[in-house]
Amino acid sequence: MKYVDEFRDRETAQALAALIKTEVRPVRTYRLMEFCGGHTHAIFRFGIIDLMPDNLQFVHGPGCPVCVLPAGRIEAAIKLAEENDVILCSYADLMRVPTGKRDSLHKAKARGADIRMIYSPTDALNIARNNPDKQVVFFAIGFETTTPPTAAVLKTASAMQLTNFSVYCNHVQTPPAMAHILSAGDAKIDGILGPSHVSTIIGSHAYADCCKQYQMPLVIAGFEPLDVIQSTLMLVRQINEGRSDVENQYTRLVTASGNTKAQALMDEVFELRPLFEWRGLGQLPDSALRIKLEYGDFDAEKRFDMQEIRSADIKGCICPAVLSGISNPDACVLFGTACTPEEPKGACMVSSEGACAAYYAYGRHR
Amino acid sequence: MSRLDIKNGVIEMAHGSGGRASATLIEELFIRHLDNDLLRRGNDASAFEVKAGRMVISTDAHVVSPLFFPGGDIGSLSVHGTINDVATSGAVPLYLSASFILEEGFPLADLDRIVTSMAKASRDAGVPVITGDTKVVERGKGDGVFISTTGIGLLPEGIHISAERAEPGDAIILSGFIGDHGVAILSSREGLEFGTSMVSDSTALHTLVAAMVEAVPDIHCLRDPTRGGLATTLNEMARQSAVGIHIKEEKIPIRIEVKAACELLGLDPLYIANEGKMVCICPEASAETLLTVMQQHPQGLNAAIIGAVTEDDRHLVVMQTAFGGQRVVDWLAGEQLPRIC
Repeated sequence: MKYVDEFRDRETAQALAALIKTEVRPVRTYRLMEFCGGHTHAIFRFGIIDLMPDNLQFVHGPGCPVCVLPAGRIEAAIKLAEENDVILCSYADLMRVPTGKRDSLHKAKARGADIRMIYSPTDALNIARNNPDKQVVFFAIGFETTTPPTAAVLKTASAMQLTNFSVYCNHVQTPPAMAHILSAGDAKIDGILGPSHVSTIIGSHAYADCCKQYQMPLVIAGFEPLDVIQSTLMLVRQINEGRSDVENQYTRLVTASGNTKAQALMDEVFELRPLFEWRGLGQLPDSALRIKLEYGDFDAEKRFDMQEIRSADIKGCICPAVLSGISNPDACVLFGTACTPEEPKGACMVSSEGACAAYYAYGRHR
Repeated sequence: MSRLDIKNGVIEMAHGSGGRASATLIEELFIRHLDNDLLRRGNDASAFEVKAGRMVISTDAHVVSPLFFPGGDIGSLSVHGTINDVATSGAVPLYLSASFILEEGFPLADLDRIVTSMAKASRDAGVPVITGDTKVVERGKGDGVFISTTGIGLLPEGIHISAERAEPGDAIILSGFIGDHGVAILSSREGLEFGTSMVSDSTALHTLVAAMVEAVPDIHCLRDPTRGGLATTLNEMARQSAVGIHIKEEKIPIRIEVKAACELLGLDPLYIANEGKMVCICPEASAETLLTVMQQHPQGLNAAIIGAVTEDDRHLVVMQTAFGGQRVVDWLAGEQLPRIC
């Protein structure tokens, strides 16, 4: 398949892997954090891990939009759907994520709440247009990749003067999460495979300050397996040479300044929240977005006076340590026993981008 | 008796009441299309002669959205699905029964189209529908039409095909391209329409199976990888036989259109449904013979040996990736859903 097979070529992969094996220094280890769940899944789905030397380890980062959403925000959405007779529109990935009370959007839907899976925010807008007598709420989540489409539908809804459409905004930002992990230092990482799709929006410059401050090598890496292997080689070289640069392997899509149109769109509609809770990382300042006052009529939190709900994670679940790069999923006592994709206890076991799901689905033969 | 207005009419509650309207619907729509001697007698039960030996029975409920899709519809699907289930035992399918749950308000023109297609599928396969039933549910309590079909078949002597018979060392053969049906359905589903030339692979496989069991009577397992796709079928076989399975990604026939659609939507073709494929496990020594027989049959042109049965206490399906690594091919958890980013 054109534009895909080129990035999955076995011989090129083996050649790059051989270079990595030659260039890693046997006296040290290389702990590389792949920031995005997309990378985690490429590593496992294609068996990249089998091609790496023993002293090179992949550590998984927080770049799974479903995983970092705190359970309280999901409980609030369920409450909204059940108590206000609204149509709640959600990305499919979020449906099965468990709350602290072992509830989920999926279970609320089965109880009778009108919760619909959508593929794009535009679908939610269309549902609102087709159901003028119902309030329709879009449960918006995700990093900078999914934020511009949410901004676009908010602008459209405003232009159309829709009175039955609003957005429950949970968009978060990548650089503050990265800075938090690096400042905490618990993950003990030597380099970062930088976000792929997120970087197409925010550009490679977005990581410059963070990497400089913490002297951390970073290579922006595409999601295809050859992208991941080539980026790994670039990181090994940076580490060996004692550099801590922001390098861009994903040049076919990522530029230094990113997608400035999308950035302008986000700036027009959203502003920073002073504080936002991340599952696993805790309360992080200036790390998430809320809807600006000009678009306040479309803010579901205001329209329905939604209150913050504090929800404890399931006891024993180490999703927080997994999302911070401190532990790998198989270190969890619940992994594969009490917590499986069928009966997930933590978000990382649910999402198609979650590290626990990748370990369970692809890695159990190890 | 009043005539059915197939062009403009809709299903009414009376069509399921058992009265005159029911009789008209059965006469002018179901019997007209599915006509055969046994069905025409109009008895509650159809009697037929059987030879001595073993018979098989299989039943399947069909719900599909949308009802009409590229390459088929719920009518042809309900015939092919059950014929294939009967065929997975190695049996020759003889007869089908069909029951319809119709929703009040369902257009008669659509029902006519569905039953016409069902009749064609049944005629093409040589497996008549000899008994049936119709019920009508109130508007909002059905999804247009649900069809349940049951098939019975006759097992040739000496055939013992069962999913618990896979043994370490056996070869695994797949009869052709995977994912065609699921992608054709997805491409026509509301909210997800995308341009593709994919058509469903929905077809009856009993003549392919007949050729296979004739050539290699000692086939160990046969299963059609429908819902949950190839991955689910292989996991079921591994568990039932208490073995492991090892497959090679590069050997699995997948059309480029299916690969592309799956890439776009973040889906894995191994989990996409098929309605015209067989997975076969047979002794390694017979594998090449069987493969040749399959490739000479129109429904097995692209058959391939995709892997082997292994010893594994954990009954895992492991795949050698085209990329050079290895990974588990797990059971599907919940539904397969497009990813966010």
